[in-house]
Amino acid sequence: MKKEKIVVTAIGANKSGVVANISQIIAQYNCSIMDMAQTIIDDLFALIMVVDITDLNMDFSAFKEKLEERAAGIGIKIFVQHENVFRFMHRI
Amino acid sequence: MFINPEEVLQTISMVNIENFDVRTTTLGISLRDCRGVSGDDTAKKVYDKICRTGENLVSCATAVENKYGIPIVNKRVAVTPVSIISDGLKKDDIIKIAHAMDKAAENIGINYIGGYSALVQKGETSGDRELIESIPEALANTARVCSSVNLASTSAGINLDCVHKMAKQIKKTAELTAKDGSIGCAKLVVFANAVEDNPFIAGAFHGISEPEVTLNVGISGPGVVRHVIETEGKDLDIGELAELIKRTAFKITRMGQLFGAEVSSLLKIPFGIVDISLAPTPAIGDSVANILELMGLEYCGTHGTTFALAVLNDAVKKGGLMATSYVGGLSGAFIPVSEDDGMIIAAEKGALSLEKLEAMTCVCSVGLDMVAIPGDTPVTTIAGIIADEMAIGVVNSKTTAARLIPVIGKKAGEKVCYGGLLGDAPVMKVSQFSCEKLINRGGRAPAPVRGARN
Repeated sequence: MKKEKIVVTAIGANKSGVVANISQIIAQYNCSIMDMAQTIIDDLFALIMVVDITDLNMDFSAFKEKLEERAAGIGIKIFVQHENVFRFMHRI
Repeated sequence: MFINPEEVLQTISMVNIENFDVRTTTLGISLRDCRGVSGDDTAKKVYDKICRTGENLVSCATAVENKYGIPIVNKRVAVTPVSIISDGLKKDDIIKIAHAMDKAAENIGINYIGGYSALVQKGETSGDRELIESIPEALANTARVCSSVNLASTSAGINLDCVHKMAKQIKKTAELTAKDGSIGCAKLVVFANAVEDNPFIAGAFHGISEPEVTLNVGISGPGVVRHVIETEGKDLDIGELAELIKRTAFKITRMGQLFGAEVSSLLKIPFGIVDISLAPTPAIGDSVANILELMGLEYCGTHGTTFALAVLNDAVKKGGLMATSYVGGLSGAFIPVSEDDGMIIAAEKGALSLEKLEAMTCVCSVGLDMVAIPGDTPVTTIAGIIADEMAIGVVNSKTTAARLIPVIGKKAGEKVCYGGLLGDAPVMKVSQFSCEKLINRGGRAPAPVRGARN
């Protein structure tokens, strides 16, 4: 079966607990992190995760809201997008 | 990582800083099976069909927005030109269809519906005549219905009688909506060479050669192009600049293609086309005028503007063509005045005149768009402005249009504020000299040599 993947990008001040908080939500709803990268842009910390949501056990929009809520709770901004955006936009 | 982090961050910055979005997903619905025995019967069939076919448009489009984290600004519907199901009906009956469209649009949660239209480049049928007669009243008494009339084509010539008639109807629409800044005229477009799959309101209609139902997409606006020129385009020569714009247009159009395919598959209807037009919004920075200025003009409208616009338009097309399987609609940069922050400023500075705008329409789509003119402009002068624009379209085998707003009670130099997507319109000066005798000649101008291509 083809895997459904999303890209989760967290941007904010570099502080402890970012990875822990985000990955906890991901695990809680039966998704798994497939890849992770981090970089610094303009003193901001950017964490990019590729997440397999094939076995997600709730509605996608609701899952997205959970991630956004948690991110807001720890003072970072989070963007959740299906991987196709990146595949389509930057490649033929 | 199979996805490059830089690409991820670039995409996020495009959405959050540069107004990157998908501008419109427009559902085209055929009304050809909706003719009933009376006006009431036809209106009911129209209402039912739009509600039935369009009920999932907003929810499906929203689901795709959520999935990709990129907004779709407008979700809209275009229907078969209503005049086609109006032959034999009287004006008051046809207005009932307008009300049915308005109510159906409200019911399915969209803000505009296009297709209260007639195609009269060669002449009118009884339905065309009655529909055109009903336009001012229909627009004044509905909130969501948009109307368009095709007055000319390269193969049929220019119907001067109808040009004159539409000038009268534009004026009448302005008068009927005078207390709201003549806003009715913002929902009324006249065309030369109108296209059948245009997803952009107010000129959208579902052409007669279109399938039963289809989904067309309009791509994102100028904010992204402006940003890339600002950050990477400073020291480039004009050829290199065109290349940069082209590459950006490719990315924008890819999203249009992806979203169109996805929304249409959710709706289980065929995907029509991607319209690769740069359509501005009144949001600061989401302006075609700003792009032209970044290319090197002090203000949009000065000498060099037509050249810069031609380069921009061409580069957008070349980038877009590669990125989508089906290009259609208008596909060219839009230069509406009131909906483009930079155009408004340029007009107020005196840099941008009606004459220059007309010249600009020779190299892009779609024409004199959202141009406010003094409320006391004579009908024949309005007809003259339209006829000029039709001539440009017909002779150059391209689509041109005029969406003119004679703002009742306002003079040149004043301003009318609509707010929202329609923006603010500075009232532009028109020539004080008459073209009355020419317009009063009436008749139909023959098709140009270019129309005889076979």
